Amino acid sequence: MSEHYFVQMSKINKSFSGVHVLKDIDFHVKRGEVHALMGENGAGKSTLIKILCGIYSRDTGTVKVKEEEVTFTNPKDAEIKGINIIHQELNIIPELTVSQNMFLGKELTYGKFGVLNKNKMRQATLDSLQELGVTNIDPDELAGDLSVGQQQMIEIARALATQSELIVMDEPTAALTDREIEALFKVIYSLRDKGVSIIYVSHRMEEIFQICDRITVLRDGEYVGTTIVKETTFDETVRMMVGRELGERFPTRHAEIKEKVLEIDNLSLTDRFSNISFHVKAGEILGIAGLMGAGRTEVLETLFGYRKKTAGTVKLHGKDLVIKHPLDAIRAGIAFVTEDRKDKGLVLNGSIRENIALTNTKAISNSGVVSKVKERKLVQDLMEKLHVRSAGMHQEVNSLSGGNQQKVVIAKWIGIQPKVLLLDEPTRGVDIGAKKEIYSIMNELSELGVAIIMISSELPEVLGVSDRIIVMHEGTITGELQSDEADQEKIMTAATGRVKYEEA
Amino acid sequence: MKKLNIDFAKLGPLIGLVFIIILLSFLNDNFFTVNNILNLLRQISINALIAFGMTFVILTAGIDLSVGSLLALGSALTAGMMASGMDPMLAIFLGLLIGLLLGAFNGIIITKGKVAPFIATLATMTIFRGATLVYTDGRPITGLSDSPIFVMMGKGYLFWIPIPVIFMIIAFVILYFVLNNTVFGRRVYAVGGNEQAATLSGIKTDSVKIWVYALTGMLSVLAGIILTSRLNSAQPTAGTMYELDAIAAVVIGGTSLMGGRGRITGTLIGALIIGVISNGLNLLNVSSFYQQIVKGAVILFAVMLDRRSN
Repeated sequence: MSEHYFVQMSKINKSFSGVHVLKDIDFHVKRGEVHALMGENGAGKSTLIKILCGIYSRDTGTVKVKEEEVTFTNPKDAEIKGINIIHQELNIIPELTVSQNMFLGKELTYGKFGVLNKNKMRQATLDSLQELGVTNIDPDELAGDLSVGQQQMIEIARALATQSELIVMDEPTAALTDREIEALFKVIYSLRDKGVSIIYVSHRMEEIFQICDRITVLRDGEYVGTTIVKETTFDETVRMMVGRELGERFPTRHAEIKEKVLEIDNLSLTDRFSNISFHVKAGEILGIAGLMGAGRTEVLETLFGYRKKTAGTVKLHGKDLVIKHPLDAIRAGIAFVTEDRKDKGLVLNGSIRENIALTNTKAISNSGVVSKVKERKLVQDLMEKLHVRSAGMHQEVNSLSGGNQQKVVIAKWIGIQPKVLLLDEPTRGVDIGAKKEIYSIMNELSELGVAIIMISSELPEVLGVSDRIIVMHEGTITGELQSDEADQEKIMTAATGRVKYEEA
Repeated sequence: MKKLNIDFAKLGPLIGLVFIIILLSFLNDNFFTVNNILNLLRQISINALIAFGMTFVILTAGIDLSVGSLLALGSALTAGMMASGMDPMLAIFLGLLIGLLLGAFNGIIITKGKVAPFIATLATMTIFRGATLVYTDGRPITGLSDSPIFVMMGKGYLFWIPIPVIFMIIAFVILYFVLNNTVFGRRVYAVGGNEQAATLSGIKTDSVKIWVYALTGMLSVLAGIILTSRLNSAQPTAGTMYELDAIAAVVIGGTSLMGGRGRITGTLIGALIIGVISNGLNLLNVSSFYQQIVKGAVILFAVMLDRRSN
């Protein structure tokens, strides 16, 4: 029987700086099947895939490809065995053309001396894109000038162009339009019929039930089980992923919603978003849903003074607020937990103490001189409040887990006792336990009258946490819903720009 | 095991310094004497002052190549003012102010003009040197004030300690405090560690950078005035290649050129290592040609050691 398997990963273990992220994982993929790998953020999916593709090395366990035991030390080894990955984060170099990107690292040449055969590459690019049903991309165009969805299609075409026996697709549809998704699915079916195996990582249940044959579920770094799609249901899969009933995922909210705190009127930023108007009230959690690239992060960054708006006004408690630099926003009592904590949230080399102190210099210093006593107390209090697990406040944030890093980011902002808290994907890459703690903190803050705005791409999170939801599509607001009348379908419809829902 | 490495990385330069000192003490009887050590400290004080400023600059992930030229320009202007009969105290004060402003000019080009620090200060290095040559007409400025304060700056002693060493120690204490105990120091580390995160935390990163270059400019001119006092003249070619010694001291001291990581204590030790090596090799009658090779090798060795322990 086992000759049907293309890849067999058995008893895989992996730890990062003492945190056991994969525990005895079994993952077997047959030839010519579409196999979904599911689990919440932080369940260990991407680590497992990175081990399969040679990006990380395993601590223990075996990986067999076609019955032959292998140890990949870099992605090239995996490629030689016919394993290719389409990353969730785009690996496109914007300064290069489409066909240069397509053949990056495996350029076609005349002879052995590295003279590029540009015509052949251009033609091959056209052919691969054609196969995907994409006709609106010119191989000579700069990749950076394309939409996110088009860039994603190039990634996919690139993996298809090489002779793959197994393709890993990590959230391939996150930025695609319906038409592009349809084309992709057609390609997946034809690959499957040719005997190519596909590992499909996605949070979108509908897609998985539409195109996958089997599902393997991971939870908190452990193997939960493998099911056959035809024999299982949505609910069972969710139970496997979450380990308990959905109801518990989001703590109950008791906050009382009061007066308007922040009002945004016709905020615009050329080429990014236009005429964004919304408000948020004290004690309210406003969710912002939408697809990748819809402009949600840019709206918050502009509101916070990190980007320069081209038009629009911001009012706090009814008074006009001039924000030219994040410092102005912070002084007005606005805090911003950024999406990308490594690039924008933390000084990774710095200690927990330094990071938390950064936004709280007023509270811990007298005329510019830091009081180490006050500093230690503030940091200690915030770390306890947020249950930051660490070896102490002097530990570099580099070596913390994703969840604990995120708690440090939140701690540094809670220290300023904000009136408005902006959260951009607050639970991305965070394990379930830490997730729930973050929800509880949000609840506590809203009970204290803090107005919270949360961007999230996880629909269950938006639905479970928000009091009200606005949906963005290509830089405009395409829907506004009260949480009790909202469901995934309505949000997705607005997020893809098909229907405009009015506030009830 | 990991813990051991980190400690070693911090102590590495100090261990190296102690090792070189012990070695030289055995090789030459004149090395470890009070006179020679005081002499050595005076020799390094000029480089140390510049390197302290450079530490701040490098912590913000920048670099300042213009320090040597700035030293020359600042001290030529100060000497010129003195030679024209200005009160020496006022001339020194104005000289330091000019250093501060020219340093700030570097910072403004880098932040507001969005020019990479390497390029910006490469350009101002040439401009400042040219301005010095224009101002002095390529000749040393002599006939300086014989006011005791000015003369003391380079040649004087407090009890038995050379005054330049006193300047170095005072600057070290103040800057150590600024870097470790003030909000400004925190911001310097944050800007170099992650500029985007620093901006989003409400730090005016441009102004932090401008201040850091201004500080370095002022310290360079201070070093220049001390040098002028020692030589009793301002040389238009003074300070040539000083930027390299300053950068070397910072790097040997374990500060990362990527910014955000490093200590001013390390820089002091780095400056001492460079000084001890040239002093020791002089005592051993090694030609200055060979000395350069040794100095380069030490820099490489120190940086590679630092890489390994990170």
